[in-house]
Amino acid sequence: MPSKLIEREMRIANLPHIWCPGCSHGTIMRGLAQAIENCGLKREDTIIVSGIGCSGRAVGYMDFDTIHTTHGRALAFATGIKMAEPRLHVIVLTGDGDISAIGGNHLIHACRRNIDITCIVLNNNIYGMTGGQYSPTTPTGDYATTAPYGNIDRDFDIPLLARAAGATFSARATAYGVNEAISIMEKAIRHKGFSLVEVVSVCPSYYGRKNRKGDAVRMLQWQKENSVPYAAVGKMNEEDIKGKIITGIFNDDDFPEYTEEYQKIIDRVRVK
Amino acid sequence: MSKRMLMQGNEACVRGALKAGMRFFAGYPITPSTEIAEGCAYELPRVGGKFIQMEDELASMAAVIGASVAGTKSMTATSGPGFSLKQENIGFAAQTEIPCVIVDVQRAGPSTGLPTSSSQGDVMQSRWGTHGDHPIIVLSPSSVTETYYLTIRAFNLSEKYMTPVIFLMDELIGHLRETVELDDEVEIIDRKQPQGPKGDYEAYQETEDLVPVLPVFGSGYYYNITGLTHNTAGFPTNNRLIADKLHSRLMQKIEKHRKDIEDYEEHLTADAEVLLVAYGGSARVARAAIEELRGKGVKAGLYRPISIWPMPEERLRQLSERIKKILVIEHNYGQYVHEVERVVHEDAEVSFIGRVSGAEIQPAEVVEKVEAM
Amino acid sequence: MEKLELRLAGSGGQGVILASIILAEAAINADRYACQSQSYGPEARGGACKAETIISDQQISYPKIIVPGFLMALTQKAADKYAINLRDDAIVVLDSRIEVPESARRYRIYQLPILDTAEYEIGKSLTANIVAVGVINRILHICSEEQLREAVIKRIPRGSEELNLKALAAGLNMDLGE
Repeated sequence: MPSKLIEREMRIANLPHIWCPGCSHGTIMRGLAQAIENCGLKREDTIIVSGIGCSGRAVGYMDFDTIHTTHGRALAFATGIKMAEPRLHVIVLTGDGDISAIGGNHLIHACRRNIDITCIVLNNNIYGMTGGQYSPTTPTGDYATTAPYGNIDRDFDIPLLARAAGATFSARATAYGVNEAISIMEKAIRHKGFSLVEVVSVCPSYYGRKNRKGDAVRMLQWQKENSVPYAAVGKMNEEDIKGKIITGIFNDDDFPEYTEEYQKIIDRVRVK
Repeated sequence: MSKRMLMQGNEACVRGALKAGMRFFAGYPITPSTEIAEGCAYELPRVGGKFIQMEDELASMAAVIGASVAGTKSMTATSGPGFSLKQENIGFAAQTEIPCVIVDVQRAGPSTGLPTSSSQGDVMQSRWGTHGDHPIIVLSPSSVTETYYLTIRAFNLSEKYMTPVIFLMDELIGHLRETVELDDEVEIIDRKQPQGPKGDYEAYQETEDLVPVLPVFGSGYYYNITGLTHNTAGFPTNNRLIADKLHSRLMQKIEKHRKDIEDYEEHLTADAEVLLVAYGGSARVARAAIEELRGKGVKAGLYRPISIWPMPEERLRQLSERIKKILVIEHNYGQYVHEVERVVHEDAEVSFIGRVSGAEIQPAEVVEKVEAM
Repeated sequence: MEKLELRLAGSGGQGVILASIILAEAAINADRYACQSQSYGPEARGGACKAETIISDQQISYPKIIVPGFLMALTQKAADKYAINLRDDAIVVLDSRIEVPESARRYRIYQLPILDTAEYEIGKSLTANIVAVGVINRILHICSEEQLREAVIKRIPRGSEELNLKALAAGLNMDLGE
């Protein structure tokens, strides 16, 4: 029996989802649905946009107007939707490869514009849909099918990248700490301007297996043991922070929002 | 009719788009189409519309589809290098049946080429530029006046058949200023919206005219759009029967309405003994050559496809049953000529003249070619 | 009136494109048909720049010049490059700072102080293109002076009317030395 939340927010007929056993994407998707409910968003005003990859499939299960776009471009599609109809709440669901590799350019520019879009990044540190290739968030030294001798790339810190590019809200949570994730996603949705929340997911099928991280339970256990609240970072030395997942809200700033600024131009120049 | 005035091709495109109801433009600067973005940036907020300069061509095309999904008539404009980048999401629009207009003001050469010179090198790309079999409509104007009307038609066909429409201009017409008189009384078509109960509505259910009725996002239908092959409810599927049905409907959607979409012009074909076939900017070369040829007593006529794709082929075949000498003029090294060869009567002799040097073909070259045929 | 094919050439920033647009609009004001186009290099200032206007009483099929019947050149480089292969009866207007190229000697030449007039008489070298517009209409009689003024006013920045009309008048009244 599905829970009441799932009955209300999901397309029951499309379930069960296609994600592998142990994958955290389902947990995070349910968490997002909870955050949407908690914010009291009207369903007809809520649009969910995704790109390509494991994360992209979430929109097929969420009972809203949903659009599963091309690889990396979800934010650009979302920008068009939000510009055309600023009344709509536009939420983007994306993954680490989708948002920070092929979609990296769109990410930094959406951040820079401060357009009122909420971007939820399901970071599983790997390309899962294509079978386990390294992504921009695969840690240096880790293995993937395309890094059989170890990954020599340095990895991105996506919320930090977003913040540096001008995102007025950036945060990280984990699938293990799903209640914190829900609370942060809620704040991100309520935030006026561009908000990005990375939720660290676990991929036992590919990332976990390639790197001997154990099963889903062990991987979530690892998340629990290695998460450090952002507030505590200041009191720790660099060596202790290394390899940890820093969670919490990194910034929450007030800055003019893009579609409102454009509306001001319309109000000024519109031919009566 | 408006007063007679001087207008640039790119400006006429903006005016036509605004007349058609365009209220969103996303673009990226590129010669020789930039005046279209500049015109939209200036005009759109004045009518309550939106303009955005995106970070690249991929994003522009994506934003245009996004705005259209939200119910706003949308357009982007580019040239060769940008047109290549837009192909990814043009395919998405074709597969998901989202109306939008993509203007390609063709410039010369592959890669960066000759940015300020004209060509017609993107004719085949406009048909098959994005991967996979897909429906497309491509229109090509050969004057500034026609640019205005044909931009409106591009929007109308896009909304009517729920498909991306490529508006294939060339630098010659885009940067040309010439005398226009524009009529304000034009037909404007808006996409259909579903009527009746929302509960079980299937956005991609098969309709009699094969064109789906897609609800605008935010109108309470809660459906899914995906670039994956999908069922009638819009959800991904691997089912072979459903996949074949969707893909074949997409192709038939345009084929079924060919008669309505096809458009061409004939000039002095009634008594013609030589038929020039040209479109867009090269049709202007053809017209001037015909004047000269007629002055010399050579009965030449023009067949000008206006809808490049689908190709208005039936009439061309008819003409070729009587007129055996055919000369195709293109500002490329021979793209559409192969389509002409495919279509014409087997006895017809098809010749070609074309070049991409930065300068247009001179009418005298065409005259010489015809005289040698 | 026979079809007129005018080529205006100079360097980027001299306003030759605007001059050719104004001439085209002036022709339309006189109920004629006009086409206007240009070619230029990538640089906005200082590069070679060529603009074309075609004027006819009928619709114009081929929108580019085939053989120019009129050339105006404002730089030596433009004169050297374009004062060749014109119609036998072509008219060539060269700024008086330009040395007449050998190839141009067979045409009817006017050497006129267009740049000097703008710089010293009007006091603004940027108005040279408007002086040129006046000179060209004086020679070719494309339209009435009123129709020309209307075309100039339409295209110049607001607030610069007085200056530009003065430049236009200087062109219209220039001593052609005939």
